[in-house]
Amino acid sequence: MDANRLNRRQFIKVSGATAAVAATGVEGMLAARRAPAYGQGTAVGILRWNDFVPASDELLKKTIVPEAEKAMGAKITLETVNANDIQPRITAAIQSKTGPDIIMTINNWSHLYEESVADVSDVAEELGKKQGGIYEQSRAVAQSGKKWLAVPWSVVGLQIAYRKSWFEEIGLSKFPETWEQYREAGKKLKAKGRPIGQTLGHTFGDAPVFSYPYLWSWGGKEVEKDGKKVVLNSKETIESVKFMVGFWKDAHDEGGLAWDDTNNNRAFLAGTICASLNGASIYIESLRKPDQYKTEKGAQMKTDILHASLPKGPAGQFAFHAPFSHMVMGYSKNQKAAKDLLRYLGSKEVFEKWFISQKGFAVGSTRDWEKHPVWKEDPVMLPFKDAARLGRAPGYAGPAGKKAAEVLTKYIITDMYAKAVQGMAAEDAVKWAHGELLKIYG
Amino acid sequence: MLPRPGTAPPALLNRLLEDERSLAYLLLTPTIVLLALFIAYPFVLGTWLAVSSTTVGVAGHFVGFKNFAKAWDDSIFRTAAFNTFLYTGVTTVFKLALGIWLAVLLNRHFYGKRLIRAFVLLPFIIPTVLSTFAWKWMFDPTFSVINWALWKLDLITMRINWLGDPYLSLASVMIVNVWRGVPFYAISLLAGLQTISPELHEAAAIDGANAWQRFWRVTWPLLLPVTMVVVLFSVIQTFADFQLVYVLTGGGPANATHLFATYAYQIGVGTGLLSEGAAISLAMFPVLFLVVVLQLWYIRRVETR
Repeated sequence: MDANRLNRRQFIKVSGATAAVAATGVEGMLAARRAPAYGQGTAVGILRWNDFVPASDELLKKTIVPEAEKAMGAKITLETVNANDIQPRITAAIQSKTGPDIIMTINNWSHLYEESVADVSDVAEELGKKQGGIYEQSRAVAQSGKKWLAVPWSVVGLQIAYRKSWFEEIGLSKFPETWEQYREAGKKLKAKGRPIGQTLGHTFGDAPVFSYPYLWSWGGKEVEKDGKKVVLNSKETIESVKFMVGFWKDAHDEGGLAWDDTNNNRAFLAGTICASLNGASIYIESLRKPDQYKTEKGAQMKTDILHASLPKGPAGQFAFHAPFSHMVMGYSKNQKAAKDLLRYLGSKEVFEKWFISQKGFAVGSTRDWEKHPVWKEDPVMLPFKDAARLGRAPGYAGPAGKKAAEVLTKYIITDMYAKAVQGMAAEDAVKWAHGELLKIYG
Repeated sequence: MLPRPGTAPPALLNRLLEDERSLAYLLLTPTIVLLALFIAYPFVLGTWLAVSSTTVGVAGHFVGFKNFAKAWDDSIFRTAAFNTFLYTGVTTVFKLALGIWLAVLLNRHFYGKRLIRAFVLLPFIIPTVLSTFAWKWMFDPTFSVINWALWKLDLITMRINWLGDPYLSLASVMIVNVWRGVPFYAISLLAGLQTISPELHEAAAIDGANAWQRFWRVTWPLLLPVTMVVVLFSVIQTFADFQLVYVLTGGGPANATHLFATYAYQIGVGTGLLSEGAAISLAMFPVLFLVVVLQLWYIRRVETR
């Protein structure tokens, strides 16, 4: 509908819908089931990752987006790319001031683009209020001061997927609780040709979500609480690196240095590794194709997979679950429509459809989703239910802000461990990483 | 309205077209515009970025050579610089040797010559990203077909960690580069070989020269100018290579295979530190400039002999 050619009847129709949306928000939009403020000329582009649960992308493309188009009266374009390619796309979009109106970010990336995103505080606060409050980790990665840089969307919980029968074969009826126990178990399993699979490569998810909580569990941290004093080079960090070197050699698949986020899924489902820190995508894939993925004894693989948290270290047990959020780009000429789309997608009624399709791979960024009946369906998925509540954000003990995001996207913490397992002395690897952090925080 | 046939063009245009000097400028204009837009402007912008403090979405100010100093102080940059020289040097030697060998073989008469020549070009024709993905699968840490074949042939007892070991991963990248680059050398040198008159070889043979002497005393000197041009192009392309390393290793494991271009991309485009990325990228320029000057000087000298 061309805004310049509105006749009286159309004007009343559009302004009526606008008033309805303004007065009642997304609920009104959903209830009214009619076009709100946007004419046919309005187009909103959204860039997201290729979901590890393909059914969710299908649902978005075939159902949710067309419904949103109807509800908003705007053209919506959904594009999905490999998660590791999102950051280059963001940089190109910001510099050229053109591209999708909404871009998904992972972890604390949005802090890197603070000056180039629209303030979405109204949407985020509204979402939090209506759905039991936003998790601390999701808040830390998407909020700078009081300004929300992105609207939290979901949290992909990370748990170790492991082969129940293989651990039982070495006499373990439950998953190891400490790193020492995990190393011992891994050593026995590697001797049988069933090593632990873990990436230490440059990949957005599985690498940092392992290396950060591993560091924290030994008492290591990037900076002090003030976010200024770099304290990585500590006795605790060095101990963690020394242990990692032996742990890697004794128990890991050494090809993991070159893995991305997909390699461990393939290796696990092919039966070449006994355990791997991952989202629930391995298990979900085994559910999706039960007759394709079988154990060496011919049983369906899905019956032999359980999930457990990362083991404890001397300083405790920690987790870094991967938070996802959506930024509305500063260059967008349709910021209002983009925000309304995020309101619509985040509303309980719409988000629930997507949430169910994830089968527990991702939880919501708000607490209400812990109570969803979906968690009663499959006890194997239960460890993911409250994962987001227990996660810690990168940058600890400082804030998860811009500097922490730079450390994360340069993979400095992961590289510290990777360098050591490749042969660099533990002290030198820590010294190198400390030096890199000083350049960023200094 | 279109001019009617026979209508004289406007006087000014007529004068411009008649005058050789202005016609030359007119014909050169599209090239100049294209060069200015796609070569000069990005270069000037890149230079400005390298001496500023620009990050993604934040306009920077002039900081002099700070970004270059920071790069030099960065151990990953030094690794990338070393890798780039090693990568270019080693692969160029192999590509040249294998290219000449292949060109000499292809220059002979044999059944199916044309078909074989077409097949040889395949690695060069397939888009780099696609062929590198195929190699990535062949080097896969878990499912490598190369490892599988070697294991079946009882040549190895444990997997070779092609992309997970810092040295092997660099070697893997070089292998793929050589595989991809040899056809360019072979076909270009083959074209050079075909310009050499067979009579020269016949005369040398009559004088008692053996095959090696004929190659070294006749073929090689006549092929040298073509070889230099081929090496020049190849060195420039290899030194600034990006796609192959980006797809195969992403610069890993733990930055062990970064080249100038991939590291500049990671810092500038990935992390958004545009100025630092530009400085890393610009570090290639003096080297490439020197290579071009030296080789062009050499070619000129050979031609004027």
